[in-house]
Amino acid sequence: MVTLLEKPATFPGGLHLPSEKSRSLTEPLTSAAIPARLHVPLGQNIGEPAEAVVKPGDKVLRGQLIARSLGYISAPVHAPTSGTVRDVGDYPVPHPSGLSAPCIVIDSDGEDRAAETGLQMDRVYEADPADIRQRVRDAGIVGLGGAGFPTAVKLNPGPDHIVDLLVINGAECEPYITCDEALMCCRPDDIIEGIRIMRHALRAKQVVIGIEDSMPNAIECLRKELERVGETEIRIVAVPTRYPAGGEKQLIYTLTGEEVPSQGLPIDIGVVCHNVGTAAAVARAIHHGEPLISRVVTVTGAGVARPRNFDVRIGTPIGDLVEQAGGYTPDVARLLMGGPMMGFTLNSDRLPVIKTSNCILAASRAEAPDPPHPQPCIRCARCADVCPASLLPQQLYWYAFARNLEKVQDYNLFDCIECGCCALVCPSHIPLVQYYRFAKTEIWDMEREREKADLARRRHEARLQRLEREKKALEERRARARKALDKKPKAGDADAKKAEIAAALARVKARKKETQAATGQADGGNGDGN
Amino acid sequence: MLTAMIAIGALAGLFGLLLGYSAIRFRVDADPIVDQIDALLPQTQCGQCGFAGCRPYAEAIAGGEADINQCPPGGEATIQALADLLGVDPKPLNEEHGEHGEKMVAVIDEQTCIGCTLCIQACPVDAILGAAKQMHTVIADECTGCELCLPPCPVDCITMVPVKRDISQWKWPYPEPDHPEIAEAGK
Repeated sequence: MVTLLEKPATFPGGLHLPSEKSRSLTEPLTSAAIPARLHVPLGQNIGEPAEAVVKPGDKVLRGQLIARSLGYISAPVHAPTSGTVRDVGDYPVPHPSGLSAPCIVIDSDGEDRAAETGLQMDRVYEADPADIRQRVRDAGIVGLGGAGFPTAVKLNPGPDHIVDLLVINGAECEPYITCDEALMCCRPDDIIEGIRIMRHALRAKQVVIGIEDSMPNAIECLRKELERVGETEIRIVAVPTRYPAGGEKQLIYTLTGEEVPSQGLPIDIGVVCHNVGTAAAVARAIHHGEPLISRVVTVTGAGVARPRNFDVRIGTPIGDLVEQAGGYTPDVARLLMGGPMMGFTLNSDRLPVIKTSNCILAASRAEAPDPPHPQPCIRCARCADVCPASLLPQQLYWYAFARNLEKVQDYNLFDCIECGCCALVCPSHIPLVQYYRFAKTEIWDMEREREKADLARRRHEARLQRLEREKKALEERRARARKALDKKPKAGDADAKKAEIAAALARVKARKKETQAATGQADGGNGDGN
Repeated sequence: MLTAMIAIGALAGLFGLLLGYSAIRFRVDADPIVDQIDALLPQTQCGQCGFAGCRPYAEAIAGGEADINQCPPGGEATIQALADLLGVDPKPLNEEHGEHGEKMVAVIDEQTCIGCTLCIQACPVDAILGAAKQMHTVIADECTGCELCLPPCPVDCITMVPVKRDISQWKWPYPEPDHPEIAEAGK
């Protein structure tokens, strides 16, 4: 049973990073223009990508299902606006690989007509949690904090777990991102409503919203909204501003003083954590029947003229957003998706915004300098001091460097949240996180190969067994035939032979008669027909 | 003297019985080392090693009849893993058996296929679907890329194409150290 601490605990490691949030908060949250053409990727979540249910030429309405989910850990995709499906095929998507993935391309008709989704629900607080979950699933809602895990799965703790605490994550800790802060200031009603629905769906005993103490406005807005609706059971806790306070495990530790077990989930200690944006999306789906077709995106950095937050339809090209934020400044050097700590470089601004895109950072040379040449590790252990997961980054680096994939797992590689603190403080400028990412994907690839080899082995063995069976069956058949041959009367037995010949003749005669009768009937039939 | 002889004799008899019983009771059917070696092989069943499949090769390695560097599909990774398992030095892949290449998958040109079933009989993992005088096709997920279906095809309608990597299987590249001396220091 976890309990909320009176005074927030201090998670290990972490860094104080200079805040750059104010620059994108000078202008209010507004809706971005709907572009003429949208590229909507089918795989925007962790898990299986969705499967298209529309084909080129189809007319779609806003909120209409265009791709259905496959499997449990998957999320459907809906049309962000009304228009015509132009193509279903591979297009570049925002991903560190720069590869293409299946997308649905929609030409907007400019009318933005809504479809009837049937997601809306009356009397939510009397409804069965399973019904709420199904609607959240049908609305295609995934975690908007960045990971994109299907929310319906996280709303289902299973029969073995009791949810003691629902943590709502508003501790946006990346130095540039303000999309959650903008949402908390501008739409506190959606957030609080969504939290109440989630609390009901999870039957959570306690609810807490964790917000970094650097966002007093957001805290005030939510507090006012709680007062307005007369909600006294939801607490707001201001957590100390220190990167990565918004990491799921770090926030839970800050609020409860308890650690999520290594490679475990928060539910293992009775906690479920959702992002504030996800809560707002749940409220939009359940109360207004709107599936997840838009999200708040921060467009910021020294590379854009007027940094700000937009409510953006999924599939909008990043370049359009930058244009609406006043265009690029001459300083722009790199385009990143996500913050400077955990984001990845984009090689084009024609890529679409997806459900997990929280920030577009057009960074200047000074903000995102080219990494200096790495030098040998001097074992200063600064990386270990700042690691918020209490890992040993230098050991992880050492074994990832040597491609020792077994040893690197012994040092709990998979507890690394890739926050980037270690790489930032490294005096030798070693790209540590890149080594961990390399090792992680290499291990996953190895496991896939192993599974494939096991399948091939099973199939090969099954084939060998089948061949063996067939060979045995053939031998048995031959043996039987030989035996039957042996049983037959000897050539000398004249009477028996005669009898056999007579029987055979009789059989032939009978068959002839039968066929004659049959053809006669058939002819007669034809004749009648004519 | 006699007591000692009887006692030792009795003990010897007792232990003999115990050992004899254990040999039957705890009998291991297969050679465990063969299983361990087999688990490291890529299971393409391609026969490039000169044996009839991965398991026969594993048996040959365990019996000392074959070297650990005869598996081109496994490449360096398999050689390294085998070397670790068997406690021997890794050595480069024996070029006689082929080269380690990209992962491939067989594709049947369905327009040209005459439905002779010869490839079906050759496939070691039953990954080809079809029947006599019916078009055949490869189940891509189950194909190991062993190329054993290529020689029997009378109309040469099977081609090997590289396995398409989708975005979910993408791997982060190894961060190349800019300074070679660091790379040396890590080894």
